[in-house]
Amino acid sequence: MTFKAWMPTLAATAALGLAACSSGTESDGTEAASSQSDIVRHSLDPYPSTYSPRPSGVTLIQGGTIFDGLGGEIEGGDVLIENGRIVAVGTGLEAPEGATVVDATGRYVTPGVVDIHSHLGAYPSPGVSAHSDGNEATQPVTSEVWVEHSVWPQDPGFEAALAGGVTTLHVLPGSANLFGGRGVTLRNVSARTVQEMKFPEAPYTLKMACGENPSRVYGNRGQSPATDMGNMAGYRTAWIRASEYRDSWQEYWDAAEAGDDASAPTRDLELETLMGVLDGEILIQMHCYRADQMAQIIDLSQEFGYQVTTFHHAVEAYKIPDLLAENGTCAAVWADWGGFKMEAYDAIRENLAMTHANGACAMIHSDSDMGIQRLNQEVAKALGDGRRAGLDISDGEAWRWLSSNPAEALGIADQTGSLQAGLRADVVLWSGNPYSTYTRADLVWIDGALSFDRRDEDDQPVRDFMLGQPGEGDQ
Amino acid sequence: MRTILPALALALASAAPGLAQSYAVTNGRVVTNTEQGVIADGTVLVRDGNIVAVGAEVSIPDGTDIIDANGGWITPGLFAPFTQIGLTEVALEGSTTDSGANDSPYSVALDVSDGFNPGGTHIAATRMRGVTRAAIYPTTGHNIFAGQGALVETGGEGDSLFQSNSFVFADLSQSGASTAGGSRPAAWAFLEAAFNDARGYPGRFSADHEGDALNRYDAQALLPVVRGRVPLVLNIDRAADLRRAIRFQADNAPVQIIIEGGAEAWMVADELAAAGIPVLLDPLRNLPASFDEVAATLDGAQRLHAAGVTVAYTTQTSDGYYNARLIAQHAGNAVANGVAWDQAFRSITLTPAEIYGVGERYGALATGYAGDVVVWDGDPLEVMSSPVAVLIDGELTAMDSRQSRLRDRYINITDETPFAYRR
Repeated sequence: MTFKAWMPTLAATAALGLAACSSGTESDGTEAASSQSDIVRHSLDPYPSTYSPRPSGVTLIQGGTIFDGLGGEIEGGDVLIENGRIVAVGTGLEAPEGATVVDATGRYVTPGVVDIHSHLGAYPSPGVSAHSDGNEATQPVTSEVWVEHSVWPQDPGFEAALAGGVTTLHVLPGSANLFGGRGVTLRNVSARTVQEMKFPEAPYTLKMACGENPSRVYGNRGQSPATDMGNMAGYRTAWIRASEYRDSWQEYWDAAEAGDDASAPTRDLELETLMGVLDGEILIQMHCYRADQMAQIIDLSQEFGYQVTTFHHAVEAYKIPDLLAENGTCAAVWADWGGFKMEAYDAIRENLAMTHANGACAMIHSDSDMGIQRLNQEVAKALGDGRRAGLDISDGEAWRWLSSNPAEALGIADQTGSLQAGLRADVVLWSGNPYSTYTRADLVWIDGALSFDRRDEDDQPVRDFMLGQPGEGDQ
Repeated sequence: MRTILPALALALASAAPGLAQSYAVTNGRVVTNTEQGVIADGTVLVRDGNIVAVGAEVSIPDGTDIIDANGGWITPGLFAPFTQIGLTEVALEGSTTDSGANDSPYSVALDVSDGFNPGGTHIAATRMRGVTRAAIYPTTGHNIFAGQGALVETGGEGDSLFQSNSFVFADLSQSGASTAGGSRPAAWAFLEAAFNDARGYPGRFSADHEGDALNRYDAQALLPVVRGRVPLVLNIDRAADLRRAIRFQADNAPVQIIIEGGAEAWMVADELAAAGIPVLLDPLRNLPASFDEVAATLDGAQRLHAAGVTVAYTTQTSDGYYNARLIAQHAGNAVANGVAWDQAFRSITLTPAEIYGVGERYGALATGYAGDVVVWDGDPLEVMSSPVAVLIDGELTAMDSRQSRLRDRYINITDETPFAYRR
């Protein structure tokens, strides 16, 4: 017997096989508990994280300039790490017995960078045809695919991102489709399997896409969507089906729980993901460039009763910060990419700073295996341009764009993204001010474990692909 | 004498377009790229389009307008050595691009000069980041030859194109191999045959006879390359292919090769230096993005410089036409990875000018050079720095763009004026 994705989660372990076999059949009804265990409920987590942090000791990072990721700055500040967690952040902290003390004098300490938009592993290096695993561009609605099933953990891009201070990344399917599939949040650790990289208990996400990409891909094939209005019709049709699917399951569960004779609906992977969005369990991460498109999508989400967590790319977010703020939707943007298609034509360098300063939640993102290596510089550019435009944003405030805001938009802000007691000790020690071109990450801790040391090759991961290649071990 | 604050440069530039004047750019740290080195507090005097004096003690004649750098940096304009600025307005809109021509019967003869649009909106955005000169290149079409590159300045005026037929570009990487029929042997065979066609021009083409690889018009266009008067820029990354290119140059003297790409160039650095072959390299390339560049590393630039290779930096990984303006960031990262500041800055100013044979005129602050001067509010290689004034050929240029206009329209989101009425 194969136990896979159809296993009901709420059933007791011993009853799993029986429950799966008996789904859709009449229960014997001898007792309530047994009846409850026969109710079909599909696992929400059939490919669970097997991540476990590397062993770590006690570390005191002492005397650095701290950006805490929440807007705070501490001169001559200390961070104390124990058991993989941040224990204290402040000044004059005492080193516990046996602690490793790292002198951060003249250097800067920040939360690890969180990149909310990456395709590492799904479009890995080398970019050969066998590695083109990011777009299931076979039909416009593919919410049934999960990008974690495409992620190759041996992508050398992961370690390059680590050298840039990235400790958490969110990998998304591409934007060819209206519904591209589920995203996955990863710890930036070296591992043999993607399950070992999965951020424990991070919510699932769903990639959606606006605009030119889906209408170009499908329009060129003479099928819908070929236009922006076709895109909207495609979303609406799918949400109507998802709403009906959700209703059918709710009716089934209500009846079954009441002890009535009921058959579970036929499982549909595509609609199951959309149902998770309607239930608020799966977060929408949506590729959208233009202000007017984002406004349409906000209305769409209200029509069907879900929330858009983040607009990605959002090159015109600066035109609608009020609308984004009112709807509680974030914008994840580049510092200065744009222009490559009409919907990116109005990209401006002040987008991040203006969107933030005018009241919306904003953050940097890479969408690039190169950009992810220097997101601190991307924020520096946005900050410099914002200040020249007259916006008063502090260095510490701008670090929100690199860690706590993306963590918030991924539903993991209670785990990472800021330097607070109790959170995962995802910490970067920078050689200088991280907004300088000349600064590099010296040390990177993930869950308190030293995971990268620029000065020690023994603490620099090298993926399998690079072994025995001429570039092995080079940054 | 009057002092022009950088903020007033826009008004002045628009009030007197094209009027050559005298300027003293003063009160800043002057990077000369000459034996004068860096002058901690100096002045650059510009008259009638040219630099006439550079130093710590420059006497400023009456009637000279003063541009006060206010303690910032004064440098030569940046020179982007390989970009498609002005050839494309919106990359995915074919109607706005003139970078390549898959369906043309011609290849070598295609001249990007005929497609360059100084009015493209990216030109101003690039100039505002200190880039005053650029080498623009065509994209490969139906064979490995893309066509003729040109040199432009970023003033945005009608006379921005200042040199045509500056180089011929060809693709000898894995993509070139694909274009040539499916293998590297096919690409090199085509190149060899094309050279023979050019050598045989015009005799071989008499009586309606075509060349082995090229038609008459393309063979004629390749002749200056074969004779070593115009350099041949080859897109190559893989070390083995670079060695093949070195051999090609030796076998085909006096041809002058320039390598663009060069991800694995550091592996053959000594041979490249000995052959006098310069490399146009994006110092940020460090991923094995293809099997041609498995050895790409952030240390590549430093290793090439150490071996004595002439290196200019590109923005290849930041895209072809839109982000040549990021060239200073790319150079700054070379510094972060071991290259000396002076060397890195030279690699985005004087070195590219020298590679294209115009280093006596552009890329340095010295008497006799063109008046391309940039005033920065800080170290130009720092990502948070920005130019505050840009002179090209001795004229102040406008420091606004379509993008800055959009910024100004939307920065005050609560203004009651409808957006379309804000200008």
